[in-house]
Amino acid sequence: MEQVEILVVGGGPAGMMASLSAVQSGANVTLLEREVKLGGQLIKQTHKFFGSYKEYAGVRGIEIAEKLTSLLKEQEDKGKISILTEAELVVFYHDQTLGYTYKGALRTLKTQKMIFTTGASERMLPFPGNDLPGVYAAGAIQTLMNVNGVLPGEKYLMVGAGNIGLIVSYQLLQAGAKVLGVVEAMPRIGGYLVHASKIRRMGVPIYTSHTILEAHGKDRVEEAVIIAVDNKYKPIPGTEKVIKVDVISLAVGLNPLGELLEQRGIKFCYIPELGGFVPWHDENLRTSHPDVYVAGDLAGIEEATTAMLQGELAGLVVAGELGYGNLEEQNKIGLVYQRLKEFRTGPKSEKTREGQLKLIDG
Amino acid sequence: MDNQSRKISLQLKSSGVPSKSDLKPFLPSTHRKRKGAYALIECFEEIPCDPCFSACPFKAVKEFENLNDIPVIDFDKCTGCGLCVPECPGLAIFLINENRKDGKATITIPYEFLPLPEKDELVWALNRKGEIEGEAKVVEVKTYPKKSNTTVVTLLIPKEQILTTRHFRRKDQHE
Ligand SMILES: Cc1cc2nc3c(=O)[nH]c(=O)nc-3n(C[C@H](O)[C@H](O)[C@H](O)COP(=O)(O)OP(=O)(O)OC[C@H]3O[C@@H](n4cnc5c(N)ncnc54)[C@H](O)[C@@H]3O)c2cc1C
Repeated sequence: MEQVEILVVGGGPAGMMASLSAVQSGANVTLLEREVKLGGQLIKQTHKFFGSYKEYAGVRGIEIAEKLTSLLKEQEDKGKISILTEAELVVFYHDQTLGYTYKGALRTLKTQKMIFTTGASERMLPFPGNDLPGVYAAGAIQTLMNVNGVLPGEKYLMVGAGNIGLIVSYQLLQAGAKVLGVVEAMPRIGGYLVHASKIRRMGVPIYTSHTILEAHGKDRVEEAVIIAVDNKYKPIPGTEKVIKVDVISLAVGLNPLGELLEQRGIKFCYIPELGGFVPWHDENLRTSHPDVYVAGDLAGIEEATTAMLQGELAGLVVAGELGYGNLEEQNKIGLVYQRLKEFRTGPKSEKTREGQLKLIDG
Repeated sequence: MDNQSRKISLQLKSSGVPSKSDLKPFLPSTHRKRKGAYALIECFEEIPCDPCFSACPFKAVKEFENLNDIPVIDFDKCTGCGLCVPECPGLAIFLINENRKDGKATITIPYEFLPLPEKDELVWALNRKGEIEGEAKVVEVKTYPKKSNTTVVTLLIPKEQILTTRHFRRKDQHE
């Protein structure tokens, strides 16, 4: 059976940075990514990223993915990392044996340490008519549009005014689609206000304190009914409004994707602030299993910048545990902690901070 | 100028359209406005983002103590070069020049849509809600390959619109 030192599962921003920092410390890494390309969510993000100019702020998500991919390819040429795409981890056996599919076959490997960076999946919303063709998750629309060049409809209603809802609305406008409104149950816009202003000045109304009541249509979505809600989020009868759309796009949150870890009996905690059930982990991103680490959206829904920082941290820590890394690399751990902490000091990270406290309490 | 402790208006929080009270602390003095072009940073909320600081060759954007600080411009140092406009990931910086001999003003807007307008084209100026405010002439179109290929478009507008025009739409054939 194939033996590896460090296995990284998932080639998004967290997994790519984890692989890079572990390799740069001197360790050998195997990276598994189930998609054709590395990059995770980044490969569909055509907008410029926020964050610190010291990292990748001002750079478009797709360009960040390209940069990280080329850094990884350099290490691959040096033989320090083995990158397998279209390789999906499917089982986590006893000990450190894992099974993945590659080119139609099931393969197994044994590893010393693991870093899981499998990301998250999009949430569905219950309402009558949500099973009609034309109801999509926002991230799925973003993939269809920006990766595959397919626009699934002409007129859209976006549900959710968090960053994903606002950004995907803007990108739909860029693709030439019509966005007839964004509904948000909270009385305030959840995403960054600059993203909201961008779609407002293109004429997209944002209906705060509103929700979707139902979708109508014969063979597919033909209209959406939205309704105002009171301060307890209860619909106010008589405020219904019909909007003629062919696509309803749901941007109502993400859930960490941790089935493989659950399968292995790793401890999970229910922390709504981090996106629901998350693998418990300590400051160094180590789970209840001493050889399994997590980073990125799997460790708690946040952003690509924090996913990259967490990945970097996990890679450094794990390489250090295996005896790699000089003093400089070990000092980096402190710096990464600090950058993560500073990023999370703002009001927009309040939830993350609360979630982190709950994690400490277990 | 203490931008950090200001309150964001309910209007902005619930609709994405800033009110006069949101804008006021960000505006330069009348004296500075008369001197020529200046950058207006419409970033009202503490978010983890700082590229405007490093984009400015004249250090007119105050250095951030914390990544989440709200940017503050020193208008005495701002030369109106406009390099911050294509840099801002939030497309929230605009360059304004209301010191023109013809009594009009120009506004430079980041524009991420294709096809791009052409110089001298007449377009519809849109306000913060996307409503048409009137015609505007495109005076410059510039793409910055080193700034993630962001294009900025400069429009000639009436002076009264410097705080309201924030986007534009190209005309359809029959318009
Ligand atoms: C529309 C949208 C806009 C966003 N905008 C921003 C922004 O402006 N700034 C910002 O900082 N963040 C933004 N984010 C958030 C950011 O994209 C995520 O937080 C980030 O991608 C998380 O990184 P990750 O590596 O944890 O997960 P992902 O990027 O989701 O990567 C996980 C990877 O793991 C792979 N994988 C999963 N399971 C397996 C398996 N069993 N075997 C092998 N591979 C597997 C997946 O295919 C995927 O490639 C946005 C997100 C969305 C959806």
